[in-house]
Amino acid sequence: MYQYDNYDQTLVNERAAQFRGQTERFLKGELSEDQFRPLRLMNGLYIQKHAPMLRIAVPYGLLSSRQLRMLAHIARTYDKGYGHFTTRQNIQFNWPKLEEVPDVLSNLASVQMHAIQTSGNCIRNVTSDHLAGVSGDELEDPRPYCEIIRQWSTLHPEFSFLPRKFKIAVNGAVKDRAATQVHDIGLQLVENDQGEIGFEVLVGGGLGRTPIIGVTIRPFLEKKHLLSYLEAILRVYNRFGRRDNKFKARIKILVKELGKEKFTEMVEAEWTAIKDDLLLDPEEIERIKAFFQPPPYETLIDDSLLAEKTAQDSHFAAWFRHNTLPHKTPGYRVVVLSLKAPGKPPGDLSESQMDAVADLADHYSFGEIRVTHTQNLVLADVRQADLHELWQRLKSLELATPNIGTATDIICCPGLDFCSLANATSIPIANGIQQIFDNLDYLYDLGDIRINVSGCMNGCGHHTVGHIGILGVDKKGEEWYQITLGGSSGKDASLGDRLGPSVAKDQVSHAVEAIFQTYRELRLEDEAFLETVRRVGIQPFQERVYGDH
Amino acid sequence: MEIIKDGHIVANDWRHLGDDEIMPEQAITVSLLRWKSEKDRLLACGVPLGLRLNSEDKLEEVVGDLKYFSIIVLDFRHFTDGRGFSLTRLLRDRYRYGGELRARGDFIRDQMFFLSRVGVNAFEPNNSASLHEMLPALQEFTVKYQAASDIKEPLYRRRT
Repeated sequence: MYQYDNYDQTLVNERAAQFRGQTERFLKGELSEDQFRPLRLMNGLYIQKHAPMLRIAVPYGLLSSRQLRMLAHIARTYDKGYGHFTTRQNIQFNWPKLEEVPDVLSNLASVQMHAIQTSGNCIRNVTSDHLAGVSGDELEDPRPYCEIIRQWSTLHPEFSFLPRKFKIAVNGAVKDRAATQVHDIGLQLVENDQGEIGFEVLVGGGLGRTPIIGVTIRPFLEKKHLLSYLEAILRVYNRFGRRDNKFKARIKILVKELGKEKFTEMVEAEWTAIKDDLLLDPEEIERIKAFFQPPPYETLIDDSLLAEKTAQDSHFAAWFRHNTLPHKTPGYRVVVLSLKAPGKPPGDLSESQMDAVADLADHYSFGEIRVTHTQNLVLADVRQADLHELWQRLKSLELATPNIGTATDIICCPGLDFCSLANATSIPIANGIQQIFDNLDYLYDLGDIRINVSGCMNGCGHHTVGHIGILGVDKKGEEWYQITLGGSSGKDASLGDRLGPSVAKDQVSHAVEAIFQTYRELRLEDEAFLETVRRVGIQPFQERVYGDH
Repeated sequence: MEIIKDGHIVANDWRHLGDDEIMPEQAITVSLLRWKSEKDRLLACGVPLGLRLNSEDKLEEVVGDLKYFSIIVLDFRHFTDGRGFSLTRLLRDRYRYGGELRARGDFIRDQMFFLSRVGVNAFEPNNSASLHEMLPALQEFTVKYQAASDIKEPLYRRRT
């Protein structure tokens, strides 16, 4: 992974010192609430229901064991002993004290971490594919480009006071595991007719209040033009994006109002003026790529004992089937740690679990951990021969729930329990759905289902791209929930269709169960949930959910 | 009244003239509106001229006239409106404006480093601010990843 040199380290140190000064000025009354707000947000600090919430950047989801131990230390020292991983591969702490946040940032800086631009109207932490570098379907590892973009966007002097937040995702695989179509800018590595690799540039996707799928404004961009093209898009947005209404301020609205053609024309005109002045040198790409070379794998063959071990132990077999993935290197396997144990807030990890996972990463996976946008963790480089032992250790940590990709692997925002923006709780909804499954056979029979829960229309739980999306709304002080069907953030991205009127809190699990039953009755052989919804439409589901009441 | 210019606290030599004020015999800045409607009269006055822009103004309307101005003032009405950061960058880098570029009004100390990187070399904050306390903000960071108006090469060409 990328290692800071003196420049990178100096910058995060200076940033921590700057924020210490800003906090002191605020506490002394020299900065007003209004003036402090964008400054603290640009350092990931929200004022929440109970306490400030601090969001820490995990660049493109990659953590070292040393960094994870520091997060454990922060959870213990400054929080109530746990952290929450987010859908943008970051981590949030819900209980730090404002006056202690500068100390947290100094601690983070000591392990090459920061909270820069994890919130606010600026370019946010760049996200990517959690299987980057290890999946077989990859054209090129996207992480070097993420790091290049991270550096370019960090404290960008021109683009730190944008109309609204700005999110960039980069994907290098055939399968889109970075949700590039629902980002302000999505970059997909592609190969052109000459066999050169470059970027397809998508703009204007996004979730939240007005969910929109992004549009391609340039099918192929040479790598050397990456930064100038981003700069051109950002300049057009910074100058012409709406600032009169915060709900219409995202770039997706600008693209929609101007139309794709006009918007593209403006970007291309701006780009033409700057493209020769801001070239990304091949030497720099190579320098950054060197940090993302494969770890020193052993020369192995696929483990011949695996079949035997899975045959002997059905629990291990279930975990192997659901929580591990193929690795492009023979003899290795990708392991997903489920942060979706039934009854636990999805995406939460305790400080002792963090320390333990750091140890496991050191022992089994070259000391690296990845955060997925589905709020789980990944040990990407595990020897197949170690899987059984690792599984046992994960089981004792409650991190081996064999449910990855299933209906209980729910994406969920913190909701009304923690968040001051929320209209309704989300964690109890997720836990309620998990309770439907008293046995795993039923869960596995349903196959791949993505259920996403958000406590308000800001959509941190990505409900609009859930196969089943659940959105909390406030109805005269009561929590109600709208259900959508058929969303996806994959290659075939789509936004879910609303099933019908919102349902009461105590009816959500019942409605979801009715959806499951309808699927079981209507599916064709081997047809996945999303495929059935797309084939039959939402009507049969509507009839079952609302007919029952 | 004093301002910060080129890293020092200096006297303000410019009078910011309202659109309905009578022209005095001294260096003045005028709004884009007034410039457009009274360009010939203003040029005939023979006093040093400056232009005031706000973030809503269409920069492209005035790029042919930049040679007349010894100063361009960017008026901040609200510090969160970041359009000015692009306008000053364009003035410096695209339209090669070489005179004083001044941020004025509702910007805050914590934006001065960014502003200095996009071409601004003078700062005239709202009355309440202390220039002495603001001055160190220009030096808060020694590391600059990006090429901008102040440094033409990105850090990746400067790393040693």
